[in-house]
Amino acid sequence: MRPLTEVETKTFFEKLAKYIGRNITHLIDRGDDTYCFRLHRDRVYYVSESVMRKATSVGRDQLISLGICFGKFTKTGKFRMHVTCLDYIAQYAKHKVWIKPNGEMPFLYGNHVVKAHIGRVTEDTPEHQGVIVYSMTDVPLGFGVTARSTSDTRKMEPTAIVVFHQADIGEYLRQEDTLF
Amino acid sequence: MVSAKKGAAKPASPQKNNKRKVASSKDVTSKKVKVAAGKGNKKAAKPSSDDSEEDDESWAYGAMSGSDSEVEEQDDEFVSAEEGSDIEVGALDDDFLGDEFAGSDEEGKTAMFGSDDEQEGEGEEDEEDIFASDSEESDDDDDMEAKSRKLDAAKLAEAEEAEAELQTNIMLENDKYVLPGDDHEILQSTDLQVVQARIQEIVRVLNNFREMREGNRSRNDYISQLLKDLCLYYGYNDYLMEKLFYIFPVSEAIEFFEANEVPRPITIRTNTLKTRRRELAQSLINRGVNLDPVGKWSKVGLQVFDSPVPIGATPEYLAGHYMLQAASSFLPVMALAPQEHERVLDMASAPGGKSTYIAALLKNTGMVFANDANKDRTKSLVANIHRLGVKNAVVCNYDGREFPGVIGGFDRVLLDAPCSGTGVISKDASVKTNKSEQDFQMLSQLQKQLILAAIDSVDASSKTGGYIVYSTCSVTVDENEDVVNYALKKRPNVKLVSTGLDFGKEGFTRFREKVFHPSISLTRRYYPHMHNMDGFYVAKFKKVSNKIPKKNEDTADPDEEEEFTPITEDSGKRSRGAKKAKAAAEKPEEAEKISFNADEDEELIRASQAKLLQTQKGIKLRPKKTAASSKD
Repeated sequence: MRPLTEVETKTFFEKLAKYIGRNITHLIDRGDDTYCFRLHRDRVYYVSESVMRKATSVGRDQLISLGICFGKFTKTGKFRMHVTCLDYIAQYAKHKVWIKPNGEMPFLYGNHVVKAHIGRVTEDTPEHQGVIVYSMTDVPLGFGVTARSTSDTRKMEPTAIVVFHQADIGEYLRQEDTLF
Repeated sequence: MVSAKKGAAKPASPQKNNKRKVASSKDVTSKKVKVAAGKGNKKAAKPSSDDSEEDDESWAYGAMSGSDSEVEEQDDEFVSAEEGSDIEVGALDDDFLGDEFAGSDEEGKTAMFGSDDEQEGEGEEDEEDIFASDSEESDDDDDMEAKSRKLDAAKLAEAEEAEAELQTNIMLENDKYVLPGDDHEILQSTDLQVVQARIQEIVRVLNNFREMREGNRSRNDYISQLLKDLCLYYGYNDYLMEKLFYIFPVSEAIEFFEANEVPRPITIRTNTLKTRRRELAQSLINRGVNLDPVGKWSKVGLQVFDSPVPIGATPEYLAGHYMLQAASSFLPVMALAPQEHERVLDMASAPGGKSTYIAALLKNTGMVFANDANKDRTKSLVANIHRLGVKNAVVCNYDGREFPGVIGGFDRVLLDAPCSGTGVISKDASVKTNKSEQDFQMLSQLQKQLILAAIDSVDASSKTGGYIVYSTCSVTVDENEDVVNYALKKRPNVKLVSTGLDFGKEGFTRFREKVFHPSISLTRRYYPHMHNMDGFYVAKFKKVSNKIPKKNEDTADPDEEEEFTPITEDSGKRSRGAKKAKAAAEKPEEAEKISFNADEDEELIRASQAKLLQTQKGIKLRPKKTAASSKD
């Protein structure tokens, strides 16, 4: 367990900014408690400092997880967001997509979101922008990247893909073994 | 006497039809009795006549003569009796008494009473009221009365008959059940229905042993046969069957085994970090799930009856709004009752049902250390912790026994110890056959080590906490009361406190040959047949000081050393040492009463161990060397 290096921080924040933009500052400067990002076995954990201090007494081999895992660095040095961070990025999301009940299950099985399933979209979402996917009852289901801007979407066919799937809460079941 | 007079009015009317006369004459004697009672010992001058009418009249006189001033005052009421119509009766009786009778006191006095009446009269005042009310009714009612009496008699006879029948039935049931002989081939070959019938018979006999035993067969004969049959019928191995059987009274044991064949209802726990029970219930009902609150004792539990969708894969489940969790595993966390801003350790936490419940009660404040010894199982633990949005958890992979060494000073510790799973046989039937004596010894030893580690990990000076909860999903005494008793003995700085759970059976303070600390009655047991949840055991300790009083050091310490040899996979198999340790642990009273002289004993121990080694391996060792080798 160690703090992130300069390079790691840069890659990580670049990725995170795709979803929550400048709201990253809210994650770091919190009113209630000091929180920090820690790297442990390629994974980035977001955890309060008090918890982190106590966790230092746990050996490296025995420490499995602490706080919330945001994602992991791949072997090529890129950062990949995990669905586990959904709580936080949903809280600070800038662009959102709501999908209709009939589109929930296809998305939770790992499919992209097609236009027919879209219920609502944040106005003025640009192309290739990270978005959080919600159900119509405002339950965050996962996140993805827009294929087109909102204005372009209007002209598209109902079967065309609007949001590329990145992560969804179905992965808790599908990828329990590889995710953690 | 007023009532007696009222009664007198009726017979006084002279023109009755025969039937009525008969009916009324029937009453006469009894009425005479009443009058006599009122009159006391007055001698009768004139014998009562046989003629019923006369008799009636004379009786009427008697009534008046017998009565004192009270009657005289009401004489005017009698006035119309003679002239009035004979048929009118009831409420109007009084008016029908004859005019002539007025002032006929004197006559009456001389008139009436048979000596026998007087005799009968003694002490019969009780009946007065009855007769009085009878006589107030109409003569038709008298008729009815007779009929109803007949009916009553018939009914009585019927009831008697029925009872007699019942008696004969009971007699039949009381027939001695003959235990089958020791012919094993016959016993083996019998089919399950026969076995079941035999089980029922034996249970019936055992429940009323004194009367229903056959000859002088001992209770043991019956029980050993019953155990054999139960093993055959329910498919347990002999060892486990015996272990479980003696926990309960006979018929309750059967209920327990029967309950183990039936699955428990599916329950879910609302994750209060993300939603509320009402909202969750609503959204699940919208998916067609049929559910109900689990009971008054839990505010977060929901019981699922049936569901058209897999309950473990709904979007709500994936979003972490609830956790699939047995009702029984709510209990230890409720007993632990963690407070906000506390640091809590869950020593054996996978798959995280209880850990996440603790975090939910902490409302994501403080922190939860979720430990599990099995690395593979930590995956599901981490998954559940993230899914349910627990942000203050640290997951680690230690053997629980290392714990105060890794990090201590917790406010509360939950130890849901690894156990034989005899409480969850309905979930995992393999327990029935694959648990042997060795497993139980190994488990209880492990549990004893874990509970000491748990107690040592707690900070007694914590402002809000200092509590330890020990729980197992097992019903055997070895893994529950015995372990708790051991902990109380080894750590005099803890005491048992109430679990705060308002239901469940009290823990045993004595079981067969063992006697436990009386405070063990504060612990709670849960049974599948009683509470419709998995078999479970919950004990809550409060640590009062961080210092372990060294009370009986010289006796305790050698024990402890032996207890603390860490069990590895292979060392579990050599259970001899464990057996010894357990035997030592099982005799707390002896250990306390008889003080050992360690120095004296050591020589003896050495000698006997040397002897043992010599006989076993055929090698010659000098006593000193033996001592050294035995210490290793």
